[in-house]
Amino acid sequence: MSTTHTHVIGGPPNVAWEEVHESEDFQELRGRLRRFIFPVTALFLAWYLLYVVVADYAHEFMSTKLFGNITVGLVFGLLQFASTFVITWLYMRYANRRLDPIAEKIRADVERESA
Amino acid sequence: MSVLAAGVEGSNPLLNIAIFGLFVVITLVVVFRASRSTKTASDYYAADRAFTGPQNGVAISGDYLSAASFLGIAGAIAVYGYDGFLYSIGFLVAWLVALLLVAELLRNTGKFTMGDVVAYRMRQRPVRAAAATSTLAVSFFYLLAQMAGAGGLVALLLGVDGAAGQSLVIVAVGVVMIAYVLIGGMKGTTWVQIIKATLLIIGAFAMTLWVLGKYGFSLSSVLQAAVDEAGRTGQAILGPGKQYGATGTSKLDFLSLGIALVLGTAGLPHVLMRFYTVPTARDARRSMAWAIALTGVFYLFTLVLGYGAGALVGPGKIGKAPGGVNSAVPLLALELGGPILLGLISAIAFATILAVVAGLTITASASFAHDVYASVVKKGKASPDSEVRVARTTALVIGAVAILGGILANGQNVAFLVALAFAVAASANLPTILYSLFWKRFNTQGALWSIYGGLAVTIVLIVFSPAVSGKPVDPKTGKSASMIQGVDFHWFPLDNPGLVSIPIAFVLGWLATMLSKERNDSKHAEMEVRALTGAGAEKSVAH
Repeated sequence: MSTTHTHVIGGPPNVAWEEVHESEDFQELRGRLRRFIFPVTALFLAWYLLYVVVADYAHEFMSTKLFGNITVGLVFGLLQFASTFVITWLYMRYANRRLDPIAEKIRADVERESA
Repeated sequence: MSVLAAGVEGSNPLLNIAIFGLFVVITLVVVFRASRSTKTASDYYAADRAFTGPQNGVAISGDYLSAASFLGIAGAIAVYGYDGFLYSIGFLVAWLVALLLVAELLRNTGKFTMGDVVAYRMRQRPVRAAAATSTLAVSFFYLLAQMAGAGGLVALLLGVDGAAGQSLVIVAVGVVMIAYVLIGGMKGTTWVQIIKATLLIIGAFAMTLWVLGKYGFSLSSVLQAAVDEAGRTGQAILGPGKQYGATGTSKLDFLSLGIALVLGTAGLPHVLMRFYTVPTARDARRSMAWAIALTGVFYLFTLVLGYGAGALVGPGKIGKAPGGVNSAVPLLALELGGPILLGLISAIAFATILAVVAGLTITASASFAHDVYASVVKKGKASPDSEVRVARTTALVIGAVAILGGILANGQNVAFLVALAFAVAASANLPTILYSLFWKRFNTQGALWSIYGGLAVTIVLIVFSPAVSGKPVDPKTGKSASMIQGVDFHWFPLDNPGLVSIPIAFVLGWLATMLSKERNDSKHAEMEVRALTGAGAEKSVAH
């Protein structure tokens, strides 16, 4: 097959994508997105793996009772729930405040130019 | 009445069937109403992208909370205690991969399938063929798991224990599912998911309150009752290790499972396709937040239900019931609310299988029609009408395969099939998706190697794992826990291949990319701008 891009997804055809890509606005958006999602992904994966490894190899520790029949393992597990909910909330807030406005501006520019 | 001899003592099969029948009638009416506006390809595959974030979030939880997670996890907690809880944590944390790395970028760059995204800046035909192959593979294993589970549930809930009777019920489930997909397309299927997820979450919530109420709303007291009921080694259910802690190999197996669970979700094609049913990336994000909240809360319910079943029914009785571990929640329902609650919960469990199977079928048929037929066979020149016609025909074929596979796989280990689907999704799909979204240099050869390589390694490791052959024969039942009895050709020590297959797929994708000269920086710039801003993304078209 000689042509590589036969499948064009609907949208403005005549946009100077590379120029937009190099623009200050876009680089700022890209930086903001990556500065949030990469460290947070590393963090929650490490936190989850720590949990899996401790649950897998430190049974005694996880079975220690904290109060009543509530064990360390149960609390550790519930903390995974808590961290998942908190990260979701933080990302929603970050995206609404720091990503959406700038993304919308770039999109409007692109769609106006190509119209 | 011999055919309908009660599977669970105290169960009323006719009542169960009546409640389930009511669900089918109501959902079919909804599907018919939704079908009136299903005309174009965008209607059929993506429900015209007209669902709101919250609606789609409920539907995503519907796709995700399969019978395996409802009955399976609670049952595992009831019998093995803490180890069952580990599954729910893996399933939940996995959403963060989808939320942060995949959902919005996928919504902005694709149209209907995973192939749209991974082929975006590649040579279309080979990459789409590869994406469709792994989509069909994941969907097939997941479908088999659900259909095989249906057979077991039938035995348990309707008391149909003859092979012929169970096959008949699998056929009926398959036919209703095909009707949903053919008539309602994505819109109808989404509404079925929304109805089912709502029923499931309300049902689980009510039972959770009931269990907690019996113990003065103290989780510690529920746990104490479960420990007392579990007998001499009862304390073991409060900590990990009862199911997976026996040997070094089983611990490694658990680690491997944990990794596949957390990385598999964001590669499940039927979950990915749901992101296309909303108008914007922002709605895709909101639907993820809803799905995370709903599934998270649901898994907390299953924790209480699992230990509650351990306390009120007891692991001994659960183990002896038809359906084994899966019967914990139905037995708990019977214990709490008698045959009527059991009937309700049984109907919800059936509805769950039906809805998940419908979601898988529409995904697989879309991938075949959109990626294989329209792009590979017709070279991008298929009319949208013919594409939808092919998708409908494919749905029919997949439905038939699911029915046949369900009958053949009846009685097989359901957890093994689900784990296989997750391992393939994490190995073949996720590396390819992440590379194409975030790595500029990634190219056609890299995509092909990571998809086919990940798929092949996963399947080979599974075929030669103890899950397929060579587990010791249990003296009590005279059967091995492996899929195939009486032979032993396994050389890979783990049931779950993820620990090995996921890194291999990432390495293959990287290596093959570097070995190929192809690179297209301008196409990458276009894809990244579109992915991050939504410029030129597929829009919802009002009729």
